[in-house]
Amino acid sequence: MTGFSSLKSSTAPEPPASSPGETERRFQGPFACFHCGEPCKDALLVQDEKAFCCQGCLVVHDLLARSGLGHFYDLGRHPGSRVSSDAAADRWTCLDDPAVQQRLLDFTDGKMSRVTFQVPSIHCVACVWLLENLFRLHAGIGRSDVNFPRREVAIRFAPGQVKLSEIAALLASMGYEPKLTLDDLEKRPGDPARRRRWIQIGVAGFAFGNIMLFSFPGYFGMDGFHGPMLRALFDYLSLALALPVLIYSAADYWKSAWASIRQRTVTLDVPIAAGLAALYAQSAGEILSGHGHGYLDSLVALVFFLLCGRAFQQKTHDRLAFDRDYKSFFPLSARRRSGGREESVSISTLRVGDRIVLRNGELIPADARLVRGPALIDYSFVTGESEPVAKPEGEHLYAGGKQVGEAIEVEIAKPVSESYLTSLWNHESFRKRGGTDLNTLTNCYSRRFTMVVAALAIGAALFWFSAGNPARALKAFTSVLIVACPCALALAAPFTLGTAQRLLARAGIFLRNALVLERLAQVDAVVFDKTGTLTVSSASDIAMEGKPLSPDEQSWIAALTSQSTHPHSARLTEWLGEGRRRPVQSFSEIPGSGLSGCVEGHEIVLGSLSWLQSRNIGTNGQSAFKNHAGSAVHVALDGEYRGAFILSNPLRPETDPLLRDLATQYDIALLSGDNEKERPRFAEWFGGGARLHFHQSPADKLGFIRQLQQSGKTVMMVGDGLNDAGALRQSDVGIAVVEKVGAFSPASDVILEGGKVPRLADLLRIARRSTRIVRLSFGISAAYNLVGIGIAAAGILSPLICAILMPLSSVSVVLFACGATRWAAARALRSGNQDFTTAGRPANSPGGYPGPAKPLPSGMEELAFRGRPGKEVAA
Amino acid sequence: MNVILILILASLGIALLFLAGFIWAVKSGQFEDTYTPSLRVLTDEEPAVRPVSLSSIQPKSKSHE
Repeated sequence: MTGFSSLKSSTAPEPPASSPGETERRFQGPFACFHCGEPCKDALLVQDEKAFCCQGCLVVHDLLARSGLGHFYDLGRHPGSRVSSDAAADRWTCLDDPAVQQRLLDFTDGKMSRVTFQVPSIHCVACVWLLENLFRLHAGIGRSDVNFPRREVAIRFAPGQVKLSEIAALLASMGYEPKLTLDDLEKRPGDPARRRRWIQIGVAGFAFGNIMLFSFPGYFGMDGFHGPMLRALFDYLSLALALPVLIYSAADYWKSAWASIRQRTVTLDVPIAAGLAALYAQSAGEILSGHGHGYLDSLVALVFFLLCGRAFQQKTHDRLAFDRDYKSFFPLSARRRSGGREESVSISTLRVGDRIVLRNGELIPADARLVRGPALIDYSFVTGESEPVAKPEGEHLYAGGKQVGEAIEVEIAKPVSESYLTSLWNHESFRKRGGTDLNTLTNCYSRRFTMVVAALAIGAALFWFSAGNPARALKAFTSVLIVACPCALALAAPFTLGTAQRLLARAGIFLRNALVLERLAQVDAVVFDKTGTLTVSSASDIAMEGKPLSPDEQSWIAALTSQSTHPHSARLTEWLGEGRRRPVQSFSEIPGSGLSGCVEGHEIVLGSLSWLQSRNIGTNGQSAFKNHAGSAVHVALDGEYRGAFILSNPLRPETDPLLRDLATQYDIALLSGDNEKERPRFAEWFGGGARLHFHQSPADKLGFIRQLQQSGKTVMMVGDGLNDAGALRQSDVGIAVVEKVGAFSPASDVILEGGKVPRLADLLRIARRSTRIVRLSFGISAAYNLVGIGIAAAGILSPLICAILMPLSSVSVVLFACGATRWAAARALRSGNQDFTTAGRPANSPGGYPGPAKPLPSGMEELAFRGRPGKEVAA
Repeated sequence: MNVILILILASLGIALLFLAGFIWAVKSGQFEDTYTPSLRVLTDEEPAVRPVSLSSIQPKSKSHE
């Protein structure tokens, strides 16, 4: 995250010594808060020689000190999280509703209940320790266990002594706000499935080890040593041990193969299932008729390796935890108004016809009709437009929009689960993903593989048949099916792409899933959004031109801008400083023009020049501002023009080499919503062949992408997700560049922080190399298969050869895939591998996605990485 | 040398006991989270401090469930 790198906590000075017990003196200065490590900007509270950035941190510190939990601060430097104080106290009351509790609690018997909360702000040892010592903070709370990789805490409590809402409120007050989403109420996590997988691996491994040992006498020619009885013993034991592996451990492959056959498609599981069947059938035939030993060790080895590969995939998936579906953005509770009373209810209990009150910033949970109030709806999650739309009373409002401004009342028109937003997302994901899964590299190859192997098997059988040797024909047929090892197909892509995905995550680039890498490798056109993507929007690049403002005047303007969600307003609010927010009367915002309102009797108008002129404010002689690069926000106080804020948009460093690098291999283009002022600057960087378009509305951007796609290009769009969400969705790969967590767009396939934009060329390179490695892995496996099939087709395949070839090919493919990927990624990411993201985490973001960690003393860094993607650790 | 028959069956039996132990461990949730215990070691506190279930019960010397 940019912005506060100059105020890193490790270099911030401690505040001057004060007399013991003196509290609440105010200083100016860049001190780091003792609790959360954020820089204390204007209001600095000092107590016992420790500085705190806000009342919230001070309160938590006192609470911990009083309860004997001061050890918290010994476990990490600035281990706390800043608490956002705008959480309403009644937010958690819906948790006391019995229907909600029934779904949320893991277990209850009246005397003891257990609940599992997801707490995204868990990030270090101190958090684990504190959350496991919750029992010291309330008598009714018992044992609590933290699951760090999943960022969950399971709390046992006595329902008679403490309410669930009190527990949630306590957690939130300490900075560990539980993230409650629609999903929590609707489904339980898949623990039984996970355990089953472990047991499957256990059984397969057990059988693998034992059967291998039983096969040794056969390989070393010790058969005749103690008579046929021993040999039969080993064979039958192996047969018996292999049976549970076949039935239980490989169960998922049977189900999946059966499902694909019924759908008349060939996925990877079909040749695997066929191979397993052939292996067991042949082995059973040989053993029962006494002709041979069978191939049981190869069979169980195959199952074991496949299951290990799947476990690896699952681990990668869990680590990145990128599962964010649209439902996670729905607010959990809404304020229902019935009979003059307002109550907080869970949104799953809302019925058509209910009336709810929506305050500023709250999401509309379901399609509704506006009943009361001037509504200004921000549909940025739905259409990508970040400019709020004014709606008159009686108008239909779509779910997913956010209310901006005063509280409004709406009447629910459609049930929550059928809402437009869910159908939009489902439709969208279907349109983008449908058919893509079947076209992955692996599935292409497995289709060809199956056909070729089947052809060879039949061919070999026919050959021997026609040569007059039917026994050998049968043996050749089954041998070919056995030795053709599809496990490389199953392992190459997950290991390669999974490794690449994890390495990218360490470097701060997050992929939605491993298949995104395959699509990235096919990209041949790159489209950039300008503002926020190629340019940096930070508070520090603002200058005020005109008559200087007094601190009071600044806080009036800040009060006005804090009501608006426009990016310019957010930047101004931050720049003008925090402090007590004054109330605003008659606030109004006209998208595209500006704001106006009345603060403590003073009328303030803020916006474009034409906006001020339309309000009859004289702005003579202001043409000097026209030539500034960047946006000018003009301000007038009490009808008098005071000047303008110049918000400059400097280019990110290293954009120039990035663009030059990309221009050599891809078609690049720039789309911007701003005016043409910047064209000469960008034309120089983008080069002659690139297309630059300005004055683009979100719909224009979407159309441009579609046009490119229709001309046959695979398009990658890089944007900030605010006003180009539609284009991101439309493109083949959408990359969202985020500065603040709240701006996350679920339409994107890749998320990266602003500082990583120069790494885009590396990302593309890694994607291409990874797919090349996957192909090479297939090649290696093909080499093994050729040798094996050759021997098998000749009808001379022995179990020994099979047992050597198959594991050898699997292991070598896995080693090659992992090793080559690490090497390729390390080379691509080598430059700039040391840039750590610094400064604070965003306080309690709505989506709960944890931002980059602060730099911690070494030793703690590994912990920070485990829970907080974005932190780099020396491999 | 037919004792080898008994030996093999006995060792297989013991191996099956281990497999049963593994399955029990998985089912009782010990493989749910293999990472967080490594963090707990880093705190400096006595292992006996955390409650077994509800805090009204005195903490025992084992902190397993």
